[in-house]
Amino acid sequence: MTVTGSARPYSAARSVWLVAMREVMVRLRSVAFLVSTGLLLVLLLGSVVVSGIISANASDPKVAVVQGVTLPADVAVEPQDVADRDAAEELLRAGDVDAAIIPDDGPLGFAVLGDDSVPMSVVQALSVAPPVELLDESSAGGLLGYIVAIGFGLVFFLAAMTFGSTIAQSVVEEKQTRVVEILLATIPTRVLLAGKILGTTILALGQVALLLAIAIIALSVTGQSDLLLGLGMPFLWFAIFFVFGFVLLAALFAATGAMVSRQEDIGSTTTPVTMLVMIPYFLTVFLNDNPVVVAIMSYVPFSAPVGMPLRLFLGDAQWWEPLLSLVILLATCVGVIALGARIYENSLLRLGQRVKLGEALRG
Amino acid sequence: MLEIRDVNKTYGTRRVLDEVSFDVVPGRMTGFVGGNGAGKTTTMRIILGVLEADSGTVLLDGEPLGPTGRRRFGYMPEERGLYPKMKLGEQLVYLARLHGLGPADAKRNTDELLARLSLGERVNDTIEKLSLGNQQRAQIAAALVHEPEVLILDEPFSGLDPMAVDVVVEVLADRARSGVPVLFSSHQLDIVERLCDDLVIIADGRIRAAGPRDGLRAEHATLRYQLQTEGDAGWVRETPGVTVIEADGGYALFDADDPDAAQRVLAAAVARGGVSDFARQHPSLSQIFKEVVR
Repeated sequence: MTVTGSARPYSAARSVWLVAMREVMVRLRSVAFLVSTGLLLVLLLGSVVVSGIISANASDPKVAVVQGVTLPADVAVEPQDVADRDAAEELLRAGDVDAAIIPDDGPLGFAVLGDDSVPMSVVQALSVAPPVELLDESSAGGLLGYIVAIGFGLVFFLAAMTFGSTIAQSVVEEKQTRVVEILLATIPTRVLLAGKILGTTILALGQVALLLAIAIIALSVTGQSDLLLGLGMPFLWFAIFFVFGFVLLAALFAATGAMVSRQEDIGSTTTPVTMLVMIPYFLTVFLNDNPVVVAIMSYVPFSAPVGMPLRLFLGDAQWWEPLLSLVILLATCVGVIALGARIYENSLLRLGQRVKLGEALRG
Repeated sequence: MLEIRDVNKTYGTRRVLDEVSFDVVPGRMTGFVGGNGAGKTTTMRIILGVLEADSGTVLLDGEPLGPTGRRRFGYMPEERGLYPKMKLGEQLVYLARLHGLGPADAKRNTDELLARLSLGERVNDTIEKLSLGNQQRAQIAAALVHEPEVLILDEPFSGLDPMAVDVVVEVLADRARSGVPVLFSSHQLDIVERLCDDLVIIADGRIRAAGPRDGLRAEHATLRYQLQTEGDAGWVRETPGVTVIEADGGYALFDADDPDAAQRVLAAAVARGGVSDFARQHPSLSQIFKEVVR
């Protein structure tokens, strides 16, 4: 018998790593992947730059002030003195000013003259607001909360959808091209599955990390880093939840992908998993101001990666809540991966007809 | 030695393998023969661990096979396939590394094997860009790149052009000579007959015959002889204990009741002078196959 002294003893970890690195390498060479990542980068940079330009150019509204009006001190408007109301109206119609201030008999002593709509910015500048004090200063809500919710939701949704379908396609490709039989003759099925999940998770995390880094750098460069305040801890939790939430979905996408033999049929088995990705996303978009919905979402494993960081950001989660939710997510991960591995194992060598779920589970 | 012992496999209610046992001996080519659906592919998949048997064992050198043992196998599945968009060289290096080779060894083996299969210039082409013949060679390379210590090939000759058949035959014989047990299935009985040292015949999931090819031939040999003499051989008909099948001039084909009767014919022929050929007929593989499968 010949001796191949060079062959090392079997190591599951090394095999998983080899499979994962192949997935990463193939994807990094795919033009479609590079183009879509590039597009995302351009989109992100564009929106940061545009919002920077808008906030930098936000100047005080211009008003024409008719002689005889005394404006209160420290009003954030750019006044331009005019002789009378006719001159003010002329400037207003020409669009040279946003509003005109004319004398008035009321308690203020002046009135605002607009063109075809109420000049809100001027009205606000001239209004007096009562002082406001908050009991819970840490709680941020309103518009910013909405933006953060959409942000977490969108990042998780996009990553799960793109990379979820990537892993499903990659599983079907191996089945469709029959290379899977050589692979299974070489390494255990679960090692192949683990490698594919690991590789795809590395890619997804890498892409998200790249986008985040670019976003943070761009925001800092354009002087908008104020937006990042208070996001540190929620981001960290988001990253942790993202990893496990993604692994959970990747296992499901791989398992359901394995049930078909042709790329054209992927949709028929992966649709339920796609729903598991989409439902939390739309809940975040539409119901992120409903504390009950968000609280439930923050514990359901498929929406926890979005729900829990959002609640942390809004400041309405106790310190132990993310830990409990993480434990639930981990337990679900273990169960679903075992189930997914079973479907994967039982479906990989069944070519032709789509494998029924019952058969895939029974084997 | 690769030993398959009492392997059973059932799909639903259909029993596809029934107490399958045979050996694949190092240094010998074992031909695995059977009709479609007889259980060849299922047996091979179980040997490779791709499928799990309901019961029974597969031993290599007396040890049950696990992932470490199986990585010493080279396998060519009946359903051919490689990653179409991966480069030929990278793909082979990847497969070699999955089998446990280090990066340098994997690269060296790939280069050597591709040169031997005249694919050296295609190393950076993706599989889908290769011609059909070259894809077949690439598949062979995939089974051999890690210098396997056991070779299992499911229909290695099906779909091959004649040149590729010669390449595969040469490579397999070379591997067998170096002491590797080689098991290959084929329905092309003429190729099996030419190549194999040992034979395993399977039908309906049961092993019908297994052993050295020449032994099987002898076992299934009938007492049929052919004789070529210089004079007319019509006299053979008169010899007791002999039934003539065919006679034409100096040629006679006959069945003897026992070896002595055949010897009497030979002695009589020599006495009449000028025997140019006297031989016991060996059955062809397809005759043996039809007989044991019946």
